[in-house]
Amino acid sequence: MSRYEYTIGLETHVQLKTRSKMFCSCGTDFGAPPNTQVCPVCLGYPGAMPVMNMEAIRLTVLTGLMLNARISGYSKFDRKNYFYPDMPKNYQISQYDRPLCEGGFVEVDVGGRLKTVGITRIHLEEDVGKNLHFGVCSGVDFNRAGVPLMEIVSEPQLASPEEALAYLLALKQILLYAGVSDCNLEEGNLRCDVNCSVRPAGHPALGTKTEIKNLNTFKGVQAALSHELQRQVEVLERGGRIEQETRRWDPDLEETVSMRTKEDAHDYRYFPEPDLMPVALDRALVEQWAATLPELPRRKRERFMAQYGLPEYDARVLAADKGLSEYFEAAAAASRNPKGVSNWVMTEMRRRLAEKDAGLEAARITPEAMAELVALVDEGVLNSNSAKEVFLELFERGGHPREIVEVRGLAQVSDVKAMEALVERVIAEHSKSVDDYRKGKTAALKFLVGQIMRLSQGRANPQLAAEQLERRLRAEPPSAL
Amino acid sequence: MSGEKRTSDMVDVRYVARLARLQLTEEEIRSFEAQLAQVADYVRAIREPDVTGVEPTAHATAVRNVFREDEVRPGLDHETVMTNAPVQRDGLFLVPRIVE
Amino acid sequence: MAGDLNTLTLHEAEERLARGACSSVELVQDLLGAIRERDGLIGGYLAVNEEDALKQARAADAARARGRRGALLGLPVAIKDVLNIRGEPCTCASRILRGYVSSYDATVVARLRAAGAILLGRTNMDEFAMGSSTEHSAYQLTRNPWNPDRVPGGSSGGSAAVVAADEALAALGSDTGGSIRQPAAFCGCVGLKPTYGRVSRYGLTAFASSLDQVGPMTKDVRDAARLLKVIAGRDPMDSTSLDEPVPDYESFFAEDLSGVCLGLPQEYFVGGLDTEVEKAVQEAIRLCEKLGARIVEIRLPHTRYAIATYYIIATAEASANLARFDGVRYGYRAADPRDPMDLYTRTRAEGFGAEVKRRIIFGAYVLSSGYYDAYYACAQKVRTLIRRDFHAAFERCDAILTPVTPTAAYRIGEKTANPLQMYLGDVFTVPTNLAGICGLAVPCGFTGEGLPIGLQVLGPAMGEPQILRVGYAYERAAGWGRRKPWRSGGAGPAKEAP
Repeated sequence: MSRYEYTIGLETHVQLKTRSKMFCSCGTDFGAPPNTQVCPVCLGYPGAMPVMNMEAIRLTVLTGLMLNARISGYSKFDRKNYFYPDMPKNYQISQYDRPLCEGGFVEVDVGGRLKTVGITRIHLEEDVGKNLHFGVCSGVDFNRAGVPLMEIVSEPQLASPEEALAYLLALKQILLYAGVSDCNLEEGNLRCDVNCSVRPAGHPALGTKTEIKNLNTFKGVQAALSHELQRQVEVLERGGRIEQETRRWDPDLEETVSMRTKEDAHDYRYFPEPDLMPVALDRALVEQWAATLPELPRRKRERFMAQYGLPEYDARVLAADKGLSEYFEAAAAASRNPKGVSNWVMTEMRRRLAEKDAGLEAARITPEAMAELVALVDEGVLNSNSAKEVFLELFERGGHPREIVEVRGLAQVSDVKAMEALVERVIAEHSKSVDDYRKGKTAALKFLVGQIMRLSQGRANPQLAAEQLERRLRAEPPSAL
Repeated sequence: MSGEKRTSDMVDVRYVARLARLQLTEEEIRSFEAQLAQVADYVRAIREPDVTGVEPTAHATAVRNVFREDEVRPGLDHETVMTNAPVQRDGLFLVPRIVE
Repeated sequence: MAGDLNTLTLHEAEERLARGACSSVELVQDLLGAIRERDGLIGGYLAVNEEDALKQARAADAARARGRRGALLGLPVAIKDVLNIRGEPCTCASRILRGYVSSYDATVVARLRAAGAILLGRTNMDEFAMGSSTEHSAYQLTRNPWNPDRVPGGSSGGSAAVVAADEALAALGSDTGGSIRQPAAFCGCVGLKPTYGRVSRYGLTAFASSLDQVGPMTKDVRDAARLLKVIAGRDPMDSTSLDEPVPDYESFFAEDLSGVCLGLPQEYFVGGLDTEVEKAVQEAIRLCEKLGARIVEIRLPHTRYAIATYYIIATAEASANLARFDGVRYGYRAADPRDPMDLYTRTRAEGFGAEVKRRIIFGAYVLSSGYYDAYYACAQKVRTLIRRDFHAAFERCDAILTPVTPTAAYRIGEKTANPLQMYLGDVFTVPTNLAGICGLAVPCGFTGEGLPIGLQVLGPAMGEPQILRVGYAYERAAGWGRRKPWRSGGAGPAKEAP
């Protein structure tokens, strides 16, 4: 495998979270009966004209800001001409040479390593209708026609299907962060076209690329890329040549299939859309929009490190998830030990959520309760075993940590008198170990502490138990038995 | 791109008619080719004036930023829409099978 | 019983309605009478809905009796069949829109309705407004009321003919490269191409979106001013419509032209201009001078590139605008298509006429890979030069006077064989659309054969008040409007000038 290098670039189409369509006031609800969210504009009736949805522009600009892109001072829409039954006007209103955002990058977590992937451009266009097939006919539903689609084009800087997946996950997180899209894959909110090529390792020039269109699951992207790259390698190994072409991923056959190639040359005849005036966004307006943005993950990560003294890894994991980072901050605000809070959120909390395959809303433990739990551990009231038990109770059912500790009697036995009784009982029951200890087998002490823990049902403070045991064994002469 | 094989200003009627989804008879192709050759020859005059540094005009006015609010308004009712459909089934516009 | 209310102008009819001298029903009846009598020969209307027009008239009379007023209450207007009228077909004189019923009103139609107007009928045109003679209608020929062997001009030939033949009081047309002004000149009526963006295009089936405008075609300048006031103004459904106040254009009218400076572009008075047309226009200029206008010579040096520029831009935009006619959602559809490709290519082959196909092909060609820069991008730059010409000219004058057309109406069939010849006839009107400015056609005399000649008054963007003022003063002083092509009593078309 390492004899070849992969080059992958993604075009990600994102359905924006708007109430109405890109160029008309029809609704965007998913799953409405066919052809019920349509009007003269999105049906391409003669005489109908598009008018830009300001919110779609705003959401695209927000995305640009989140992805560190340049917001164009001058942008325009163009007509992309091609015939297809799901295209009402037989041209798509898109952006050709003056997109809303240019440049930018996104930081991607590739197996614990941070990689920066360049963004070429972000532009806005309208979606097409949906085709359903039966027998010798196809039926077209135009409900989706005209829904705003934002296209994010990455630089060809991804080196493996895994990196492509990591890029998509990072992108999705950011889009959710900014509230730009619901990113609902089942409803087709995110769709990808991927470009990929292979070349012998160390070879300076890129190989011929192929494009795989319309992948609508992340798994599909990964699988299609794996198979397509493998196919390209095999073609080269056989001494063949890669054709520059568009291919389609067939998930049932688990292979990519060539789509009609040269027969229909892609001569889109782009030209400026005369029905729409250019967009020249005022700096002040962009700044006003930027002010509504949540803190960028990168900025937040740096702040978490500085403000809470978190290690970089913790800060990055927390900052990457909007909900989790907000939860952490709320809990940390109520706690004297932010690192302690972070430990709980990073480990127990994420593990439980992952087990349930659920979002943060599934956790019943309030940030305040989390802070209190950390405090109970720090105060020595709870040992780590009991603390986990309390956490689980809080996580599943909520409540106040101190009440749970009380009701369940989980407070550590740190009381000297109570501990004395336990020590005496263990010494009486395990004379053999006591002897061993006195003969110099220090390991026997560990056993005896374990017995105290068992007797106390785990509530004994292990440190105190060891101290008192030691003191007692040294103090008493062996002959007394 | 197929531009390379058409270096002259001869209008490749067959190619363009395909792009524009127009079926033409051989006779139409011949007559359009002759007529459009004349037109193409005539419009070549636009290359005479010096346009270096001249901004293109895409719109007759200089207005910018014409937006609408993101509000949903009722569209057309389904029955009205389908009465215009040449062929329909189950509320869908019917076309011959699309091969994707 | 048959009266001659059909011969009135809009404002005359309004005045009679206001003082109760006639009813809207009577007005409609006289118009329907004239249509029955003449339109078989003229062929200006594609459809007249008699029942519905009378119903609208009765409603208008009742509303007036209840005290309602409206700028056009009870006044019938004919509509070029390129504008959508809810519940009615909109054919654009094309087979491809056969079966299409509009489900919405064009904004201008909605504004006419709101002002109380009666929609009398839909008028013939060149298919999709592509043509200058109305010979390119898929449905019928329209004849020039002044001489039935002549074309009425186009593309708004139906609207011009029905206004000239007193089959309508007024009409709406659309103008992409002269389609209002040229037929107005050929038929001896008034036609106004407003500033780009002055009137909403929403519901106007697009030919070339960056050039199209809807405008009035009337019997006199006052009516044009009145209709414009009703249809003009910003429309949230048309992003290109301008957010500028709509003045009362009639308030600018004056009997003289003192203080007005009129420019004469040398480039418009050159070879190819018919001597009779030139003479009539020169006389009109002298009359304007007599009325107090100052005349200056101006230059519009890029005029000679206008037609080439226009044909590239207009056909390019048209090739995309007409892509939607594919037999999927509405309109004509070829029988038994094998696959989507077959559906498209045959539907469009059978649905479009030759002129439309020619322009779609040329438009797709100038945009196609390898040619874009040489044609379309270059044309956009030359368009800038043409706009600058006018900007500079209007620094020196308030309005520009030119002929509307190089010749008067030509014979039916005379130019159909040579498309380029027909395109060249638009030389004086096309620059207006490229520059986005406004232009008015006003009758300025007749040829020896009795065919009308038109004077064009051009104004800068939003210059409608001054061009209407010039048109009004000239029309009033010249008095050409009193001549009618149709002898009263319905004896038939006047063969010679009376």
